[in-house]
Amino acid sequence: MQLSTKHLLGIKDLSREDISLILSTATQFKEVLQRPVKKVPSLRDVTIVNLFYENSTRTRISFELAEKRLGADTINFSASASSVSKGETLLDTVNNILSMKVDMVVMRHSASGAPHFLAKHIPAAIINAGDGINEHPTQALLDALSITEKLGNLEGKKVVLVGDIMHSRVALSNIYLLNKMGAEVMVAGPPTLIPKYIEEALHVKVEYNIKRALEWCDVANVLRIQLERQNQVLFSSLREYNLAYGVSRTLLDGLKKEILIMHPGPINRGVEIDSDVADGNQSIILQQVENGVAVRMAALYLLAGKKPD
Amino acid sequence: MKTILDKQQLHLTILRLAQQLLENSVDLNDIVFIGIQPRGVQVGAKLMDCITQLSPGTKPQYGILDITFYRDDVRDELHVANTTDIPFSIEGKKVILIDDVLYTGRTIRAALDAIQDFGRPQKIELCVLVDRRFNRELPIQPDYCGKAIDSMISQKVKVEWDKEAVVLY
Repeated sequence: MQLSTKHLLGIKDLSREDISLILSTATQFKEVLQRPVKKVPSLRDVTIVNLFYENSTRTRISFELAEKRLGADTINFSASASSVSKGETLLDTVNNILSMKVDMVVMRHSASGAPHFLAKHIPAAIINAGDGINEHPTQALLDALSITEKLGNLEGKKVVLVGDIMHSRVALSNIYLLNKMGAEVMVAGPPTLIPKYIEEALHVKVEYNIKRALEWCDVANVLRIQLERQNQVLFSSLREYNLAYGVSRTLLDGLKKEILIMHPGPINRGVEIDSDVADGNQSIILQQVENGVAVRMAALYLLAGKKPD
Repeated sequence: MKTILDKQQLHLTILRLAQQLLENSVDLNDIVFIGIQPRGVQVGAKLMDCITQLSPGTKPQYGILDITFYRDDVRDELHVANTTDIPFSIEGKKVILIDDVLYTGRTIRAALDAIQDFGRPQKIELCVLVDRRFNRELPIQPDYCGKAIDSMISQKVKVEWDKEAVVLY
């Protein structure tokens, strides 16, 4: 059994079997991470470059740890401290790095489709660590692993994505993944942050009332308001957004059942989610981060296992 | 196809291995048994049943180990990992690795690497049901061996648990 793709560019390209394979491999890596020596030598002949054209804390540390736990050699690259500021193109930068015998590329870029472009021009395997407002596949996979651990499986589970759907790559990857795995998906938020025709295009439910959305779901994945990607006023103020769409303790206490609260981070406390919810017992935010390393180990292991064509 | 061990012989062989393991153990608390995934696990489980029957009241410590991530051919083809479950410390213990067939020795080489990531055992020994001599690719020999056979590279040895037999074909 192996993955049907050579790169991990997005959940869109993966089959249901691919997703199951990554998740089951991740479960085995979770056990590895409990051992006294949290390291296996599977990728000790592989060199991986982490190309980060956009800031990141969790994803970058998580990928680097995953690579090191697999025994791979890693190089870190951040655009701000490189020749990119001297005007080098993306393809030139990557080709120069690859000529130093690098086998895999983990890449985050603010332009949607940047890793897809790279995949057409270079021989190395590419893992998308987030591209603009398109996809963030490893985040959706770790979210899926976290839900599966708590609820047994994804089939028939009701998941609502709350907040900035328009600018969120986490939302798009999650929608693809949850639909493929048979979960029911709803998006909730202010109309200005939910793309038109998303209902028909991506087969999700749309809800503009946060209370009704939370009453419907088993899991609420609360997304960050991506102020850096918004170049126009889409809601009047953060305070007003919090009052209308923020997930608060009062809101959760008013529900008939206990739902799981997730957040891909970084959290804007007091905006999309209140502190007592983020730190409360329904929140699995830190488990998501823990699962991130195992999921990324699985993705790296399965892609490195494929010989180049 | 040739039967190496039939149902009764298989049973007697496992019983004999269990007796030998007990014979060499001063205190079962200082020994841990590790079945190697995927096919060593069944041999291990049968051995544990025999040990419990032979010395009632004891509970041998038995774990299972998957060596997929330690293989030396990880890049040649993709191997799907199985569960590892070692719910006790192996620090300072005598570890007995259990597998069904010893052939090239590469699985055991990987298992030796893997087990040491769980701690520093006092000693590691190897127990196999069938030893295919003459085709070893590494200097590894069993300490406990159910049946040693001579076979050609083109042949296959399989333990068929549903029929309770070991066959060569």
